[in-house]
Amino acid sequence: MHIEYMKLMNQLYTSMGYSAYQWVKNDDTPPWQALRKPLSEARLALLASGGIYVTGQTAFHYKDDTSYRAIPKNIRTEDLRATHFAYDLTAARGDPNSVFPIDSLRGLVSEGFIGELCEHVYTFMGGIYSSRRVKEELAPSLTERLQEDRADIVLLVPC
Amino acid sequence: MGSAYDIMRAVNPPRGAFLDFPLGHTTGKPNQPDLQIEILRSALNCFNTMSEPGSIQTLSYQWDADGAWKKEVFEKEDERLPRDAAPQYQNEKDRARAEAGDISALGLCGCEMCTLSH
Repeated sequence: MHIEYMKLMNQLYTSMGYSAYQWVKNDDTPPWQALRKPLSEARLALLASGGIYVTGQTAFHYKDDTSYRAIPKNIRTEDLRATHFAYDLTAARGDPNSVFPIDSLRGLVSEGFIGELCEHVYTFMGGIYSSRRVKEELAPSLTERLQEDRADIVLLVPC
Repeated sequence: MGSAYDIMRAVNPPRGAFLDFPLGHTTGKPNQPDLQIEILRSALNCFNTMSEPGSIQTLSYQWDADGAWKKEVFEKEDERLPRDAAPQYQNEKDRARAEAGDISALGLCGCEMCTLSH
């Protein structure tokens, strides 16, 4: 049994007197690109929306923040922080790998399971109500980053 | 990869790996590095096994033996924080560092890409 989060959120909004949230729904067949090289040679990009930042960087805010942070792939895990208004931060603040699998990915690179990571990984705060702003502002800038980084594969981690 | 099946289904990415864990644990349980790396290996292996656009593979990990956590999701109060445009730091030390422009944690990188907000 899967939890029906969309239904749950719709009920919450109704009970608060808000109008129904406009969920993104893509009915077309998604685009497809077969791997051009084996995983063990692929350069992986990580995009995570759990609100992770590095101490010293400006933290995310909670009002439709469409900014992103670039984090060097060799960052010390203890310098990572988490901020987000819509999920319980206990796990992420105790161990960022709960929502931002940086050590797992570095481990898989050492093992040779994946080729390498892009120089930077990218984070944002996923509680953005305007899907139009995500589509028009955030997604194009991140796409540009991934192209400049020459990523072969992208791992998206929503929160 | 994600932990909300219905939202992932609606968004319809080219390849999906579903981990049936509570929100806030999309890539594993905290402080369990062996489990975390296994979860990631399973998720990334979908690149090798999937051939149909829009496939979602359910990863074979369980949060608890009896699924009790799912009942708690429905009983939880709405704990979301108010929203405004002020940066929400994890702690005051972070705020002080950011306001002072102390980017030492970024290490040798410290390039414009990671020192600026975009």
